[in-house]
This record gives sequence, C-alpha cells and structure tokens, in this order.
Amino acid sequence: MSKITNILVCGVGGQGVMTATEILAEAAISLGFDVKKTEVAGMSQRGGVVTSHLRFGDVVLSPQIAPGEADLLIGFESAEALRWSHMLRPDGVALVNSGRIVPPVVNLGLFDYPEDPVAQMRALGLTVHAFDASSLAIQLGNIRLGNTVMLGACADRLPFPAEVLRDAVLARFGTRKPQLVEANRGAFEAGRRAVGGEALAA
Amino acid sequence: MPVTQTVPAAARMFLSGNDAVARAVWEAGTRVAAAYPGTPSTEILEILSRYSGLHTEWSINEKVSMEVALGASMVGARAFCAMKHVGLNVASDALMTMTVTGTEGGLVIAVADDVGMSSSQNEQDSRYWGRFAHVPVLEPSDSQEAYAMTLAAFDLSERLKSPVILRLTTRICHVKGVVHTGERIEVEPKGFVKDPRHWVMVPGNAKPRLPTMFEREAAARAQAEVTPLNFQVDGSDRRIGFVTSGPTFMHVREAFPDAPVFKLGLSCPPPLESLRRFAATVDTVLVVEETEPLLETEMKAAGIACHGKDVLPRIGELAPDVLEPAVRRLRGEVVPEPEHVPAQQVFPRPPTMCVACPHLGVYYTLSQMRNVIISGDIGCYTLGAGHPWNALDTCISMGASMGTALGMDKGRGKADENKKIVAVIGDSTFMHMGMQGLLDITWNRGNVTVLLLDNRAVGMTGGQDNPGTGRDIHGEETTRVDFAKLCEALGVKKERIHVLDPYELPVLFKALREETKIEEPSVIITNRPCVLIDHYQPAKSYTVEEDRCTGCGNCVEVGCPAIHVTRRDKVVKASGKEVDLSFVRIETSACTGCGLCVQPCAPEAIVHADPVQSVQSVQFVRK
Repeated sequence: MSKITNILVCGVGGQGVMTATEILAEAAISLGFDVKKTEVAGMSQRGGVVTSHLRFGDVVLSPQIAPGEADLLIGFESAEALRWSHMLRPDGVALVNSGRIVPPVVNLGLFDYPEDPVAQMRALGLTVHAFDASSLAIQLGNIRLGNTVMLGACADRLPFPAEVLRDAVLARFGTRKPQLVEANRGAFEAGRRAVGGEALAA
Repeated sequence: MPVTQTVPAAARMFLSGNDAVARAVWEAGTRVAAAYPGTPSTEILEILSRYSGLHTEWSINEKVSMEVALGASMVGARAFCAMKHVGLNVASDALMTMTVTGTEGGLVIAVADDVGMSSSQNEQDSRYWGRFAHVPVLEPSDSQEAYAMTLAAFDLSERLKSPVILRLTTRICHVKGVVHTGERIEVEPKGFVKDPRHWVMVPGNAKPRLPTMFEREAAARAQAEVTPLNFQVDGSDRRIGFVTSGPTFMHVREAFPDAPVFKLGLSCPPPLESLRRFAATVDTVLVVEETEPLLETEMKAAGIACHGKDVLPRIGELAPDVLEPAVRRLRGEVVPEPEHVPAQQVFPRPPTMCVACPHLGVYYTLSQMRNVIISGDIGCYTLGAGHPWNALDTCISMGASMGTALGMDKGRGKADENKKIVAVIGDSTFMHMGMQGLLDITWNRGNVTVLLLDNRAVGMTGGQDNPGTGRDIHGEETTRVDFAKLCEALGVKKERIHVLDPYELPVLFKALREETKIEEPSVIITNRPCVLIDHYQPAKSYTVEEDRCTGCGNCVEVGCPAIHVTRRDKVVKASGKEVDLSFVRIETSACTGCGLCVQPCAPEAIVHADPVQSVQSVQFVRK
C-alpha cells in the first residue's frame, strides 16, 4: 500500500475548521486520490474544540489519524494546536495561527491560557510555522478569511501543487459571489507568504 | 426558506455516511421518510428533504416518526425513519409491536449510536434492539457501505416482511468518503389490504403472529450465513483472526493488514456457523465490536472460543491506536512507549452558549436566585449547567425535566421544604416529550415553576423547524403552536402563564420570584429566537469605556463569550473583606448588541460602540 497523507486540522467551533478540511479534501479528490475525512461535530459547534481528520492516498481504510501519525497539523488557534501536538509525527510540520480565542472558563479565572503555546510546541521538538492569521484576515477585511489564510499557509507542504488547493478554494467561493473570489485569492496568497511561500502565477 | 437543490446524477461523490444513506433511501424509491433531529443522525433527513418524489418530515419525536414510517409501509410504500440511539428508546414501543405485525413496503430504521459520546447523555449499543425486537441489523463500515447496505436493507425488509435496523455510529455518519451512486427507481405502493389479524394487535390477533416473527428470524439467520454482506478477508498472519462489524472493520484492516478478518455486514442474527468455520482457521479469535460484548457473548454461548472485552475497552471507539497496544498485549508482546510527543495539558474548552443567546439572561437570572432546585432538559440550554451559571441540577432525557421536577416536589422532606422547584425546557423538547409531563404536574397539583424557553428552533442540532416555528422541513408555512394556549389546555391557569422577553432581566427576575412563591403550577415562556437562525437581527454592538469599568465582574457572570477579562486585581475593602476585580472588554466584532451585559453593569461602563471605535477595538484585541 502506498503512503497515506494524514492532515489534522484543529481549532474552535465557528472558525471554519470543517470547511477548510472539506476544501483540502476536494483538492485531493480532484487528483483522483481515495479520501476519507472525519470530525467530531455536535456540541463542538458552540465554541468547543473542533478537530477534523483528513487522510488521502491510493486506498484509505480507517478515517482516523492515530496519535503521532499526522504529517501536517493545521492549528486555527494556538492553544488548540498545543492541545493536539501529540497527533503530529515527530518529523511532521505544524502550521499555527498564533491568534488566541480565550474561552469563558479562562475569563472566569478558573483556568489559565498557556503562556506561549507556540514556544511550548517548539520546546517539545516540533517544527512549527506560526503567524497571526486572525490579524492578517482582519487586515484583509474579514476575520472569516482566516481559514483561507491558513489553507494558503499549508499549500506548499502538500504532496500536490499549491495551485490545486488554490483552485479548490476559489471554486468553493466562486459560484456565489465574484468579489469573494478575489478576497480569497488574496487571503490564500497572504497565508502562503506568511510562511515563506512564493506567489503563484494568476 | 424553501430549499431547492438539483439532485446530482449518478456519479462518484464525496459523501458522509448520512449523505450516503439519504441518497440510497431516495434511490430505493422510498415514499415517506421521517425523523426527529438528533446528533449524529440529523443530516439524513435534512439531505432527504432536498430530494423530490417523497414525503419528508420532522416528526415531534422518534416514536411518531416510526409510526409514520409504519403507516406508509402498511399501504405498501417503501418507508424510512432515522434517529439517534436514545431516540430508539423513545420509539421502542412502536418497534416492539411493529416486529409482531411485520411490514409490507420495505421499512428501514437508521439508528445512529454516539460511540465516544460526542454529544449525548449516554453511550448505548443499539444492536441490542435487533436481538430484543427480533429484527435484522445491518452495520456498514464506511460511506460506500452505508449506501449499499441501505439499498440492501430495503430488499431484505421486503423479502422478510420485517423492519430492518441500519446501525450507524458517529464514525459512519460524520465520516466522508468516496461513493459510487446510482439512480432512483420508482416503486408503486401495493395498496392497503384490510386484515385485522395482521394489523390489529389485540391479544387474539397478536398471539398467532409470534410464531411468524420467529420463523422470520430463522429465515434471517439462514440469510446471514450466505449473504455476501458477511465475508472473510484472508491474511497471512494467522496468529489472530478478527471478527468485526461496522467501522471497526476499517480500523482492524488499517492496524493489522496481514491478519484474517471476518466482516459482519448483516450482524443480527449472527452467522454463527460461518464464524465457527472462520475460528477453526486461526490460532486465536478476537471480536472487535463497539461498544458491548454482544457477538462475543453469542459466539461463546455457541462454543466458539474467542477474546473480546477481556483485552479491549468496553467504552468508546476502537480506533487503530486503541487496537494496536491491546492486540500486542494479547500476543504477549511488550508494548513500547509511543514515539510521539505526549498529550499536553491545556485548559478545557467546553461548548458555550452563543453571543447574545436568549438563554443567557435566563441562566443569569436563575444563577442569582437562592434556594432553588432546577430540573433541566436536553438541548442547548443544558449548557446552563456549566460556568458561570451552574444553574442546572439535573438532566436525564428528552422531556424528563417535567416529571423529575414533580417527583422532587412530591418527594421532598424537611431539608428541601423551603426550596423552590423550577423546571427548564426548550420549545422542541416540550413538544417531543414535555407536554405529557406538564399535564402530570397540573393534574397532580405539583408546585413547579416551568420555564419554557421558546427560541423557535431545535437549537442544539442546528436550528431545525418544529411546530412552534410554523414552518415544516421544507421551510414552508404550516400550523404554528401557541405555547400559552397549549399550556392552558394542559391545565395551567391562565393567570399563571407569562410570555416574557428574556433580555428584560428585571421583568424575568420578578416573574420568577413571584411565580416560585405561589404554590401551584406556573409557566414562564420566553419568546426570543435563536441567534443562529436566519431571522435573527443583530443590533448595534457595545463596547466598554475602560476608565469607567470598576472591575465588578457582574457582566462576566452573564456568560456571554464576547466579554473578555483584560486584567484581574484584588482590593481590600474598609471592612477588611478581600474582593476580586475583573476588568473587561467586549469583542465588538462578535457582539450583536443584545444588551444583556448592560443591565447588571453598575458603573454604566458599557456603551454603544461607534463604527470607527469598533474597528480600532478589533485591531486592539487581536494584537
């Protein structure tokens, strides 16, 4: 059996974790891979923890990624990236939004938000590319562009060309509003640049 | 909003298990499909409602949905109902007689077990219902199988004249995979045949039908031995042979690619002779089933030696990372330490109520009341049990808030003599199972104050319609329940029924205080819609004037996720008492201007944000 690519996307309910994973899946499907995707929904929709597992290759059996088996960890929120660090392969790569979503239990003083989640991940020996994707999305005009920014950030670390993922992103938004296509194209490129990627030809 | 969507033609599609079941139900020529929403099964009916050529509906509960499906089957139409595991408990009364009558048109019941309990009050194994009701159970292991087995279930149902249970789990319902689909076939209903001995289950008619039920089960058992839904995968490593059903098949194949596997698709009744032959070809048999040791017990009873829950967990999913160490131990191997980084301890992030949720004010008010026992129910508002409100004392099952409140009232002793008993229930839950409980309260003169939180949606599962919204599954207008009149009809005095705005905290507090003092049943209905449904209109957002905030923290107690603490402090008052201060800001981009936090703010530091301020505020908070 050939190599299977495992991508774990994590974040907080409402951030677009599931949509982003869906787009990654669509890109993999367009290339003819066998694909499975799973997440825990339900109560996680209301500000709770969301994780989405994506696996693709020639034949995918179990939909779940085992701890230590993720090639790529895409963290939409920094404490969530830390929470799911153990899912990453020791030689895998984490792409992390350093922006924070502080939950009510922390506001109430019942728990502490970790001092510096990204530094903690690096101290564990993991390779982490972090940047403030939330701020970047707000600068681009809408916090909701955050998931496209994160997809841009992972585009050069996939076993297929970045253009395939970009086209999947644009196809997603293109059917409804043209102005969303341009905004998402910009967000995708901004995400790529933020982690050192080169601009794609239009 | 009526939903119209073009139905895709036969193709290679990327579908969740729920999508795949819906597609197959439609292709099978089904004419009637009904459900009450429940995670992880909800999407099946949502998707089906977009197809044409069949009647789809949200029923008020699972028992009714099953009865609707049975009625359709009686006239010879193919019929379907879907529910989550706890829903089948509700529907079981219908099921246990439906198994005696049998069915005409193919009838398939999809039951989704929440293995791992992502959003349920218990973890239960619905495969038991197959044994209990003597009906076949099919267990798909991914989306493609969910599709194929749904089609097979209709055929099996018609061949045996029995309802068939399609047992799903969260990892089928919410996993997407590639599925090859086909086209719809039209199946014309044969028509109702009047036959009281078949359909009127009085003892004289039901007794002669019981042997039929057992004959049918024998036929299903014979079928299980030969069906291609049950098959064997050969493997070179014969030390352990695995018996699997449902998603565990994929997990076992993933973790042990060289091992022989017996895969059960039609798992009830179990094909014991095939399993016996399989067992003879391997050194040791391990039964991998979620969650109960059901097959294991049946195999052992048939004299087939096997392992199962002696080495595998009884709780939760059996994913490869759980299977691998357990199997290594069974083989007598030493299990090495994992090579990856250990799991990190991070604060818990429980689900919260939404910004501006109309339930926030209700729970804030309840949390300010002393000497109350609060009986809760199933829905978003169960989150009132969490921080900061801690304002629910019980939560059992749909509609149970009513009965438990009455029981607490009638059963209380001296210790609870002076306590007020309040029951909290949502609009949809009330219609699902709460109405009967309220009738019991009024009939038995219970001293209970009921808070009926009408947010005009089945909120928890994504805002589906119900008879309180006045719209059906297609978003089309229909009868709308008047809750005040309904409660009156159930025996609550008119003057004890109040319809209130949950954002008006003083009014709510006053009503609650007054009604809990009066020793008879009363109902307070709150009337603001769920903020996630389409007709919610956000208002101008608020901000905190930092120099006026005194750190009292009253607004934090409301529990709105848009309120954030920026700084904590401690001061010692003149009396010597130490007071904790929490200075706050409002995430202006998230705030929808409901005004709840404004009301408890003593220094009037919470004011409307102007647009310019709001942008600055967003940039400030994100740095």
